[in-house]
Amino acid sequence: MTQLRSTRGEAGDGAPAPKTVSGSRGLLQAASLLFETGSADRSGVDFPEAQGLPDRLGGLRRKAPVGLVGLSEPEAVRHYVRLSQRNYAIDLGFFPLGSCTMKHNPRLNERMARLPGLSDLHPLQPASTVQGAFELMAELAHWLLELTGLDAVAMSPKAGAHGELCGMLAIRQALIARGEGETRKRVIVPASAHGTNPATAAACGFVVDEIGATEEGRVNMEALREKLGPDVAGIMLTNPNTCGLFERDIKEIADLIHEAGGYFYCDGANYNAIVGRVRPGDLGVDAMHINLHKTFSTPHGGGGPGAGPTVLSAALAPYAPIPHLVRRDDGALDLIEHAAEAAGQPFGRMCAFHGQMGMFVRALSYMMSHGADGLRQAAEDAVLNANYILARLKERFNAPFAASGPCMHEALFDDSSIRAHGLETIDLAKALIDEGYHPFTTYFPLVVHGAMLIEPTDTEPKAELDRFADVMIALADRAASGDQSHFKTAPRLAPVRRLDETGAARKPKLRWRPEEAFKHAAE
Amino acid sequence: MTVKYTPDHEWVRLEGDLAIVGITTYAAEQLGDVVYVELPALGKSFAKGADMAVVESAKAASDVYAPVSGEVVAVNEAIVGNPQLVNDGPEGEGWFVKLKLKDPSECDGLMDAAAYRTHIGG
Repeated sequence: MTQLRSTRGEAGDGAPAPKTVSGSRGLLQAASLLFETGSADRSGVDFPEAQGLPDRLGGLRRKAPVGLVGLSEPEAVRHYVRLSQRNYAIDLGFFPLGSCTMKHNPRLNERMARLPGLSDLHPLQPASTVQGAFELMAELAHWLLELTGLDAVAMSPKAGAHGELCGMLAIRQALIARGEGETRKRVIVPASAHGTNPATAAACGFVVDEIGATEEGRVNMEALREKLGPDVAGIMLTNPNTCGLFERDIKEIADLIHEAGGYFYCDGANYNAIVGRVRPGDLGVDAMHINLHKTFSTPHGGGGPGAGPTVLSAALAPYAPIPHLVRRDDGALDLIEHAAEAAGQPFGRMCAFHGQMGMFVRALSYMMSHGADGLRQAAEDAVLNANYILARLKERFNAPFAASGPCMHEALFDDSSIRAHGLETIDLAKALIDEGYHPFTTYFPLVVHGAMLIEPTDTEPKAELDRFADVMIALADRAASGDQSHFKTAPRLAPVRRLDETGAARKPKLRWRPEEAFKHAAE
Repeated sequence: MTVKYTPDHEWVRLEGDLAIVGITTYAAEQLGDVVYVELPALGKSFAKGADMAVVESAKAASDVYAPVSGEVVAVNEAIVGNPQLVNDGPEGEGWFVKLKLKDPSECDGLMDAAAYRTHIGG
């Protein structure tokens, strides 16, 4: 948080911003930490004195003040509004962060999520009083199963990696039920998979066995065949993969893994590219998480929590976690809260309650307002937009897999064209900030050198894509002209200059300490 | 004193039955500023090619593989406290571990300096 201070006196190289007495820059107000703004004797709320209440704390009653600062309401409001004005958001402009699907969050979804009958619920309310919410969850589950062609869905996982954990725990439970929990320990993970995939497999006690990508950026089938054996628990594949390519051999991969006695986990983080076009169930997928916050437009990336419902095949469905919904004979919905009540053999529980209700509302609102045809068109537009970016930029930035056919929802470039001019991916990304854009994803995936991964999403019009492409091409021209300092000193126009990422990682300051603040003030 | 290299950018310096292991200058340059290093426990044995250590920069986290089979007899604690040492002297004070060689003949399959230079296109 201390980097906020750097607005008061710029340390970055290149032309310094003019210093002001106040620390503010024009109408962009200086922002202090709450601890520097408030004081312990201030409060924005005037509570009535508690009268005649018995003290039940006994010896546990706090003897010294907590040491938290108090703020008046305007101070609290200004603090957060000032911070928000330094932020960049999808509501401000194009956000081409690859692999993150930063698309527009329709305001209709927000309106639905704020309906008092949904927003004022408590997860411990009796089931009979939340039948509407249950119906909504059941409806969303129905849509997810219909779109993916799978048999069951665990709604409770809270985000993508949590969904991966759910799927892999279901696979582990299925292997244990088969008596192969100790013998099948190896999980195959292609290099083109998401970075969370090997982490998830390892967290579930599996041994990760990586296989490389082919020259065209897809799974190396020869390497896969060599890895198969009686100790294989399964494969974790991301499709479309992190090179932005559809894994064309996915059906064969599924067949091979099934023949070897393993299960097929498909990372569905990039499902937004194929909704309505392909049903993962038809491809032989056994488990796949769906990022509601990406594919179905619920806010994320600081704007809200994720949600990662995980669809399961008939082979894994019995092991789905509790709690889950069940329809009683009288038509009412109820939650199965204990393994003993479940029809199958749940592997356990992912979290206290049944998932991110607010995200369920938004996702269903998105689905129902788009309809089947709209969801399919959104996927098609996402792919069309990414291919437009690829087509406009591939003459100026090297697209290593351009020969592998059209990309899916994101376009991948490497750094060879700018490296020729002494620049790195990070320099180009920082120069983009000065142009008013959130940078693309940098240095991921690792399979290409200095990766730049651009995901325009379905919600950008052609004019916006053209503006962005024009900027990228102008920056390529500038790099070619030898103007290195323009890039190396960027960003110059952002609220803060280039941050010391190495210092932040090597010597992180993870909490505010009064002694450091006083030391800073004394310096 | 012989220094050998792996295709995965580790170097090995052989001193008697000890193999001192680190990452190459090329690897350190490609990673950029190293921000974190995880080293194995003393006494742990690794088969050739096994994940032995982790090195992380602002760009990427990478595994360091055991270039030869052996038992860890020393680790460079200095690079854990000060990862910059890996960038300052990847093939010197930025070494990672010392392995007691299990099978010295494994070293024969590694590259010499000239072969490694060709490998990285230099």
